Amino acid sequence: MGYSITQWLFGILSFLAIMFALMVVFTRNPINSVLYLVMTFFCIAGHYLLLNAQFLAVVHIVVYAGAIMVLFLFVIMLMNLNQDTEPQKTLMTKLIAGLIGGVFLAVLVGTLKGAEQLSFSQTGASQIGMVKNLGIVLFKDFLFPFEIASVLLLGALVGAIMLGKKEIK
Amino acid sequence: MLTFVIYKSILCVVVFGVSLGVAAYSTWWERKFAAFLQDRKGPSRAGPFGILQPLADGGKMFFKEEIIPNVSNKFLFVLGPSLFLLTALMTGVVIPWGKDLIIGGKAYPLQVTDINIGIIYVLGVTSVGVYGIMIGGWASNNKYSLLGAIRASSQMISYEIAMGLSIIALVITAGGTLSFREILEKQDAGISNVMYQPLGFLIFLICAFAETNRAPFDLSECETELIGGYNTEYSAFKLGAFMFAEYINMFISSAIMAGLYFGGYNFPFAHELYSAMGLQEGSVAISLIGFLVYFFKICLFISVFMWIRWTLPRFRYDQLMNLGWKVLIPLSLFNLVLTVVVEFFRGTIVF
Repeated sequence: MGYSITQWLFGILSFLAIMFALMVVFTRNPINSVLYLVMTFFCIAGHYLLLNAQFLAVVHIVVYAGAIMVLFLFVIMLMNLNQDTEPQKTLMTKLIAGLIGGVFLAVLVGTLKGAEQLSFSQTGASQIGMVKNLGIVLFKDFLFPFEIASVLLLGALVGAIMLGKKEIK
Repeated sequence: MLTFVIYKSILCVVVFGVSLGVAAYSTWWERKFAAFLQDRKGPSRAGPFGILQPLADGGKMFFKEEIIPNVSNKFLFVLGPSLFLLTALMTGVVIPWGKDLIIGGKAYPLQVTDINIGIIYVLGVTSVGVYGIMIGGWASNNKYSLLGAIRASSQMISYEIAMGLSIIALVITAGGTLSFREILEKQDAGISNVMYQPLGFLIFLICAFAETNRAPFDLSECETELIGGYNTEYSAFKLGAFMFAEYINMFISSAIMAGLYFGGYNFPFAHELYSAMGLQEGSVAISLIGFLVYFFKICLFISVFMWIRWTLPRFRYDQLMNLGWKVLIPLSLFNLVLTVVVEFFRGTIVF
């Protein structure tokens, strides 16, 4: 069977993304975990590029890899987590965690199985992810939900600062 | 197709070589400039005016002993400087270095790639560059390195916000495009964006100092508090990579400032000069003059970086954070609102 370059890239990127995502969970050192998560984000950004959505790809990297994960790394580095100081989980905790995780996985798979299959034309010339089209969609067609979401984020931000403060003047 | 690939590969190698060359000679110029400001002579032994000093420094860096601390995380210890140098070199590809070369009726753009989100690409790559410092500082397993790395990364994240906001204001003025080439071509008449965005330029300049970890914001390598900062444990060329990347970052941010705010390869009365010299539009000579003008502007900006380093004392850390969050971000928001209002009355923005 002949695959196109795009399909090859899709396969490689998906494999890498899943592999790095698994490494996030399986690696022992929290710093390595964060770095693998960053690699996962890069693979997902590659998927955006394959969909001809350069703006989404770069913004994904700026926001997730460049800002959020740096803060994660920041906090983990300051906490200085070692295997000696980390509390060991009991067998009961592990069992319950595995059970809940398994149930969640079953629910996810069930939902995906019931969802209708989207058919999309793979022409490679999709313009939906271009910054101009995205801007028009966000600020014209979906302006109200967009503003509501930003107000929600602002509320969360202020709330986090209030909760984090030691004493309120 | 083949000529396209060959041409782009050559251009990539040239941009790579020029970045490295400019970075190397920036170190020489920095020493000369510092010497001038302190009434000294500066490097004068290696070659005339010490012109071979960067080669001597580079050779020394290569032949020094490489030390990897026993208690460090070895893979990440090497990854840190590599990543920092890699991301520094990656930003040069979206900058248009001159007008298209037209040879035999075919246009050869002096830009590796013209992606429609060039500016955000640069922001993205620089934001990933923080990992180089953070990983290097943490993997050294030294408290001073860690503190330096954390200072550097928090500073870069804080100043990225104000920088992004000042770029948004610029993009609105420049006609709503994120492509470098289009922003430069809009300044074709010789009127630079800095005339419309003086406040935005000032904010961008300050943020560029903070983003490149240069004085007066070089708290991450503050000797009096942190020995050497994030590169305390590094030796030989791994230290060289950190320093080299800093100079490349300086070169690239000078190129971005000269391009976005000062017209890049355009200059006032360019078309009058070309017609007086009898040059056809699109000839090789015009591309060359444009490139030289751009390069001259970049060199001026690099000199400004050095001038400020050797004149201003270092900030305190809380002053740095206050300046970033309580002065620059409100100021850039004000600049953004002002720009939108002005552009609305000029009729460029319609709701």
